[in-house]
Amino acid sequence: MNAGLMRGMTVVRGWMIVVVALLGGAEGWGGAKAWGASPEETIAGAARRVVKLYGAGGVRGLEAYQTGILVSPGGHIVTVLSTVLDSDSIDCVLDDGRRYPATLLGADPRRELAVLSIAGEDLPCYELPPPDQLPTDPAEGVVPVARVAPGSRVFALSNLFGVAVGDERVSAQHGVVSAVVPLEARRGAHEAPYRGDVYILDCTTSNPGSAGGALVDWRGRLVGMLGKELRATATGVWLNYALPIDEVARGYRGVLGTGPDAEAASPDPDTLPYDVTLLGVVLVSDLLDKTPPFVESIRDGSVAAGAGLRPDDLLVAVNGRSVASRSAVQQRLAALADGDPVRLTVIRDGGIVECDLGPKPLAGRRP
Amino acid sequence: MRGAVPLTAILLATSLAVGNVAATDVAPAVHAAERERIEAIARASKAAVAIFAGEAGGGSGVLVSADGYALTNFHVVQPAGVAMKCGLSDGKLHDAVLVGLDPTGDVALIKLVGRDDFPFAELADSDLVEVGDFCFAAGNPFLLATDFRPSISAGIVSGTRRYQFPAGTILEYADCLQVDAAINPGNSGGGLFDAEGRVIGVNGRASFEKRGRVNVGVGYAISSNQLRQFLGCLKGGRLVDHATLGATVATADDGRVVVSDILESSDAYRRGLRYDDEVVSMAGRPVRTVNALKNILGTLPAGWRVPLVYRRSGRRHEILVRLAGLHTSGELAKIVAGGAEPEQPPGNPDPDPDPQRRGRPGDPAPHGAGKKPEVVLPPALVGLYEPRNGFTNFHFNTLERDRVGRQMAARQPLPAGDATWVMSGRLEKGQPFRIELSDRRAMIDLPTGTSSIDATGELDATPAPPGSGGLLAALVLWRRLLREGAASLGRTTYWGTVPHWSAAAAGNGSESTAAPGTPGGARLVDVLETAASSVEARFLVADDGFILGVDLWPTPDADPCEVRFSPGSGWPEAMEVRHGDEVFDRFRIERIDVEAPAADGQNGGAEGPADGGTT
Repeated sequence: MNAGLMRGMTVVRGWMIVVVALLGGAEGWGGAKAWGASPEETIAGAARRVVKLYGAGGVRGLEAYQTGILVSPGGHIVTVLSTVLDSDSIDCVLDDGRRYPATLLGADPRRELAVLSIAGEDLPCYELPPPDQLPTDPAEGVVPVARVAPGSRVFALSNLFGVAVGDERVSAQHGVVSAVVPLEARRGAHEAPYRGDVYILDCTTSNPGSAGGALVDWRGRLVGMLGKELRATATGVWLNYALPIDEVARGYRGVLGTGPDAEAASPDPDTLPYDVTLLGVVLVSDLLDKTPPFVESIRDGSVAAGAGLRPDDLLVAVNGRSVASRSAVQQRLAALADGDPVRLTVIRDGGIVECDLGPKPLAGRRP
Repeated sequence: MRGAVPLTAILLATSLAVGNVAATDVAPAVHAAERERIEAIARASKAAVAIFAGEAGGGSGVLVSADGYALTNFHVVQPAGVAMKCGLSDGKLHDAVLVGLDPTGDVALIKLVGRDDFPFAELADSDLVEVGDFCFAAGNPFLLATDFRPSISAGIVSGTRRYQFPAGTILEYADCLQVDAAINPGNSGGGLFDAEGRVIGVNGRASFEKRGRVNVGVGYAISSNQLRQFLGCLKGGRLVDHATLGATVATADDGRVVVSDILESSDAYRRGLRYDDEVVSMAGRPVRTVNALKNILGTLPAGWRVPLVYRRSGRRHEILVRLAGLHTSGELAKIVAGGAEPEQPPGNPDPDPDPQRRGRPGDPAPHGAGKKPEVVLPPALVGLYEPRNGFTNFHFNTLERDRVGRQMAARQPLPAGDATWVMSGRLEKGQPFRIELSDRRAMIDLPTGTSSIDATGELDATPAPPGSGGLLAALVLWRRLLREGAASLGRTTYWGTVPHWSAAAAGNGSESTAAPGTPGGARLVDVLETAASSVEARFLVADDGFILGVDLWPTPDADPCEVRFSPGSGWPEAMEVRHGDEVFDRFRIERIDVEAPAADGQNGGAEGPADGGTT
């Protein structure tokens, strides 16, 4: 860790010199004046592919905004799975100020990655590497790449502190990948479920709203997605980290059900929260220690909608075992094996209503 | 990384150089770039000021002129009062006196004494700053620098034209620069520099959060262009206010920015702006969001006049709007005295990164420490401070007023005694006119009739000639200013600087002498403000002392008579007169005769020989 840090600092010193050289008008890369030829152009190009997301929250310490990355021209967005998405109205604002309602397509609870969709066309986006190209380098000219090495200089683009609104550009920070290490982190008392590699960064990206932001290299290629605010298990310090692009791609394909990664995307039932949104249920935001599990909304066409669940239902039991809080619902669901029947008991208009949701779907599958 | 070969090569070479391994492998361009960077930082460091406010703490500042003017934050100097100690990078300590304050924008101007050749940094054009640009801060974080040499933190510009909500009505950061260079408590007031060591902003604020009052890579700087727009007012020792349009805007369903409310007493209303009009641009900048308008307004001093374009029923209208103040001068004075503690909006990033106390960086700023200490000036500052209502330090107003007065006197030496000035020439449509000005009387002959006023009495009677809004009164004051000088004319103070839209271009464009970093590229010119003979007037004065114009208000809150002179050799050669939305007329001045005082002292030689000039 020490060596990594030292190396990071050395490269930072080199970085500044290169910045000045570039500002001085040095031509970039084979004379090409494509975006990525200067830090300014790199950031401008990358920022068009980053969106501002607004959803649930708004209480101090629990912001109602985060960041997302456009990964298909038709409007697929990857972001982190968080309480911001616990809402039936997620707003997505593009770099040019266009505003779209976003729907949650699904989530990978292990990587805490969610995929949203907006009804766009021909949107600027990053192309995530296809499954057979992971984790090897894609061909020259393709925007995304596989992993970068420690010491690589990067830009982090994010909706930090929600300072950029409307057509204002997301914030750009510069940094260096200090290390590539497995994540051992926690949020509050809970361990973070992801145990794979992350990029540790030397710039402060653990700011409110940064989660889901784009980590790009100096050519503007997407190399990772900024993680949520987490603290290191061993030291308790706030971690500035990003999920490498191959993990982002695996999570994305897993959620879409198009990749070979369904296994990787499925949660470990012993330790992982199981996300109730996979059933099509959006619960009220988990703002309290014991948030009552009221249904905020039901996604049209979902398993939950078919089973007759309705907004404002209060969940009282999962498969006959009582649940007193939102987190209890998650734990009960997580304890069920894939394919087990799911039966929810709710209170509606003062009466008890039972709803059968059929077999528990595989995590990561679109409900 | 395969594609990035040249960059990788540079990087590798650089890393090696830093590691002292194979310096010969380093490209000369890299060495040159590093040398330039080191020199830029060295230059900027010399202009950096470590401000110590005694027990109250301190912060940073940046010198912007050789005679010792330095910019800093209002919240840095507020606890210091009038006098402070300032350390420079050479290790020397200087006394400094407070000159001007802009509490709304969190800006203060101070003046260091003891040299007339202070190192200083140039104000760059912050409109040219791009996200991704290299930048660095030079300041005194945590008040670490016991030898006054500034700490440097480098980074990139993370965002431009950011809007940060005010705390109450003050400390609003509009159109500011966001940087990831470390901005910590104590950096407040220090310069943010570009790669060439020029000032692009003054650091003053940072987003903090649960990790305490230390940098999280999100700092904000007041843009150099905003600073430039306030600098004239600040140099005049004023307590400067920010502008308000007198109207609020909202985003309509279709995304247009429309007027949602407007005060009928506002100039914007008088110029024709109405509820539901779409605001298209202001001060030459497009308005596509509510934030954009706040950003533009937040960088303008009260009293400025800027172009505003609006659209109604598909038709575009362009008007010049005079902006009112956000506060009364009493309110501002109270804020400065610390009486009106602003309420912190909930959930807002902390506006005040200053620790104010050495060694205790986590302390909140002592905003409430506002009880005015008795002013005891150190010997070096004696005679440099004069308190007056509505001003921060009236001494500097006198200095600026006298500077402008000297420029005017040098431009146009005038004969002594009560001569009558006779101006004659042709109007826009070719008819002749004739104007006579003396100490006793002012008279104008126009095709529509003759008007005259008594120049010895109050000038707020019926404005003459009819429809001009008070042209004769304006010319009477113009003559008195030229003859008596600024110090003797009624109550005349230095107002500051305003953008000057040339007479011909007023309303539809800007001056040919474009200046960087001002609205629409208009030139900033000095303004003298006069209250005399029951009227108020403002004089626009060019660098060379030529009086470019007079705005005269016979009654406050009404449209003034606006006179704009075109410079000739010595006297003006043309004059445009406007009132409200109308051009009263354009006068081509063919000759000006200065006649000896008439013997009888009553008729003032009104039928004098200047008639010849009109034929």
